[in-house]
Amino acid sequence: MRRNEDDLKAQFRDNVIVAGSVLTVMGALVVGTWLLFIRTPVEVDQLGYRGVAMEQVEFADDKLTKVAMNVAPEEVYELEPDDGSEERAGEIYENVQVLGHLSDENFTRFMAQITEWVSPEAGCGYCHNNADGEVENYASDNNYAKVVSRRMIQMTMDINANYDAHVNSIAAEGTEATATRVAQDDSIAGVNCYTCHRGKNVPEYLWFKDAETEAEALDKPFMGARNGQNLAVEANGYTDLNVDPFSAYILRDEPARVVYDKPIGDDNESLIMRTEHTYSFMIHMSKALGVNCAYCHNTRAFTDWSQSPAQRTTAWYGIQMSRHLNAKYLDPLQPVYPEHRLGEIGDAPKANCATCHQGNYKPLNGADMLSAYPSLAAPGPADQQDPALSPEEVEAKLNAN
Amino acid sequence: MSVEYQNIFTQVQVRGPVEAGLPADTLVPEIWERGKGGFFSYWVGKLGNAQIGPFYLGTLGVISIVFGTLAFNIIGFNYLSQVDWHIGEFIRQLFWLSLDPPAPEYGLSLFVPLGEGGWWLISSMCLLIAVLFWWVRCYSRAVQLGMGTHVAWAFASAIWLFLVLGLIRPILMGSWSEAVPYGIFSHLDWTAAFSIRYGNLFYNPFHALSIAFLYGSAVLFAMHGATILAVSRYGGDREIDQIFDRGTASERAGLFWRWVMGFNASMESIHRWAWWFAVLTTLTGGIGILLTGTVVDNWFLWAQKHDFAPEYPATYTPAVDPSIGG
Repeated sequence: MRRNEDDLKAQFRDNVIVAGSVLTVMGALVVGTWLLFIRTPVEVDQLGYRGVAMEQVEFADDKLTKVAMNVAPEEVYELEPDDGSEERAGEIYENVQVLGHLSDENFTRFMAQITEWVSPEAGCGYCHNNADGEVENYASDNNYAKVVSRRMIQMTMDINANYDAHVNSIAAEGTEATATRVAQDDSIAGVNCYTCHRGKNVPEYLWFKDAETEAEALDKPFMGARNGQNLAVEANGYTDLNVDPFSAYILRDEPARVVYDKPIGDDNESLIMRTEHTYSFMIHMSKALGVNCAYCHNTRAFTDWSQSPAQRTTAWYGIQMSRHLNAKYLDPLQPVYPEHRLGEIGDAPKANCATCHQGNYKPLNGADMLSAYPSLAAPGPADQQDPALSPEEVEAKLNAN
Repeated sequence: MSVEYQNIFTQVQVRGPVEAGLPADTLVPEIWERGKGGFFSYWVGKLGNAQIGPFYLGTLGVISIVFGTLAFNIIGFNYLSQVDWHIGEFIRQLFWLSLDPPAPEYGLSLFVPLGEGGWWLISSMCLLIAVLFWWVRCYSRAVQLGMGTHVAWAFASAIWLFLVLGLIRPILMGSWSEAVPYGIFSHLDWTAAFSIRYGNLFYNPFHALSIAFLYGSAVLFAMHGATILAVSRYGGDREIDQIFDRGTASERAGLFWRWVMGFNASMESIHRWAWWFAVLTTLTGGIGILLTGTVVDNWFLWAQKHDFAPEYPATYTPAVDPSIGG
C-alpha cells in the first residue's frame, strides 16, 4: 500500500493548507479581539512567597481609573482656632444634641462642610426644610433627613473613636508594591461623611434584606423555595451562594467560622450550608474591596491566621464594626425613614463593606479623612449637648419659644 | 483523497439489512431477539455505527428509565416552581436553579417537608433506583453476550463515587445536608465549599490520586485514540486481528511508541491501562470524599502533621486572630 511520492506531496500540501487556514483564522480572532477590547497590561502585586500565586491581579488602566475616581475632596472651609473661651454652639442654638461642644465658628463651618459632602445641590434645606413646607428652620427636627444626619454624625464619631483597628489600621499596608498605590500618608485615615456619601444624599452602596428569600419559605411550603440561595444577585457576586450574605454576619452575630482547627476532630457537625453562607459574605468582601481572596488569606489554608496576611485582622474588625453600626445605628432608624428610603420588605438601608470601600481596599485611596475635621473624632462631652427629645417634644419646645 | 484519514468523523458507512447480531443458532437463540424495528441514520453514522435499534429495554431497562425520568422531572419541576412556572426565566436562570438537600436540622430524617428538601430526598431515591437498575442491565447484557463484565465494573466505580457523595457519606455524617445539591452552579459552589470546609481538599491524598488518574485517563485516551487513528490506513481499527502479524497497523502502532519513548503497551494492555485509569479516578475519588469529615476534618492540618505541606519563607506580616486576643 505504499503511496507514491506525488500522493505524499499532495497530502503534505493539503495538510499545510488546512493547518494554515486554521491558524490564520485563530490568529485573526486573537488579534481582532485584542484590537476590539484593547487593554493595558495586567499588573501583578506579589504578596506571598514566589511561585505560590499569592498576588493581586488588576488591569493597569482599571487601577488608574479606580485611583482617579476615589480622590478625597479638598477641605472647603477651614477649621477655626478654638481655645474654648467662646460661647458653645449648644448655648447659642436650640436643639444641638451632638455638636453642642463646638465653637460657633466651627459649628457653622462643620455644617457647611457637611453640605458639601452630602447635599451639595439641595444645600442646607435638605435637612433643614421642614416636612410641612417651612424653609430652613434650623432648630426643628421636623425633617427625617435631619434626624438621620444627627444619628450618622454620632455613628461617625463612634467609628473614629472606637474602631481605630479598622479605620486607622497601619497593618493593612501589604507589600511595597501595593503601598505605592496610596499616595497619601496613611497613618491616619478615619472616616467622615464623604467616605460613604461622595456628594450624594444617600450613599450609593447600601443593602436591604432580600424580599424573595425572606418571604418564600412561608409562601412556598410545597415547592419552589430556594433555600436562600440559587439566585444570581449582585450581593453574592452572581454565584449560587446565599442571596443575603449580610444579615447573618453584619446584622446578627452568627458564627462565620466553619473549619476545624485540628486535623482529626471528634465532631461531625454538618456545616456545608453554613460554609456556603460564609463564602457568600467573603465574595461580597472581595468585590467591595476590589481584591481577591489572597489579600487576606493564604488560600491553601483559609482558616489559618498565622499564614494569613495582617489585612485579615483589619478586615475582622471591619466585620465587627459593620455589625455594630447596623445594629446600633442603621437598622433602628427604620421608623424615621419615609417609605421610599426603605427596602422591599420595609427594612432600613444598612451598610456593608462596599458602603465605604466602593471597590478599594482603602476607601478614597487611604486619604486622611479625619485630621481636618476633629469634630468627628469622638463624641463631645455630654454636659455640653442639648438633651435628646422626641420630635414632638422638640416641636413643642420650639413653639413655646 | 489525500486527507481521507484526517477527519474526526467516520468515513465509511455500511448499509445492508438491519443486523440483529450473531446467528441465532450459535448460542441461546432467544436472547438474540431484540424486538422489531431498527433503522439507519446517516448523521449518526458519522459518529459511530449508522444502525439504530432494534430497541429492547426489558424489565430492568423500563424500571431504570421510569425512575430516571421521574428524578429528572422532579428536579425540573422544582426549578420551574422556583421561577413561578415562567419558561423564559427557567431558561435564563437554568444554571443557577437548584434542588437542595434538607437543612442540617433535619439530620437523616426521611420525613422532611417537601419544600424544604423532601423533593430532594424523593428525587435522590428515584435517581438511585434508576442508576442501580441500569447497572444490573449493563451487567446482565454483558453476561448474555458471553462477554466479560468489565463495563459494568467500570460503571460501578462511577456509581461508587455517586453513592459516597449522595448516600454513604451523608449517612456517616448523620445529615442529608452534607449531600450535593442538584444544580449546575450549586453543585460547583458545593464543591468549593466542601473543600474549604474541610481545610482544602488538595491536601487529601486520595483527591490527589483521583486527579492523577483523571488527567492520566485523558492522556492515555489521547495517546491511544491518536495511535489507532494514525494506523487506521493500515486497518488499525481491526486491532485484535493484527496483533500477531508483522508489518500491520498493530505492529507499527506499537513500534511508534517504542521508538518515541522506548516502551510500548500491547494492543491488549493499552486497554487495561485505560480501564484502570478510568476506574481508579472515581474509586480513589470516592475514598477521598468518604474520609472527609468522617475521619479527617482538616486536610491541610493533616498534611502538615504528616510533613507534606511545605513551609514557605515569610514574606508578609502574619495576621493574629483578634477574637482570641492574640
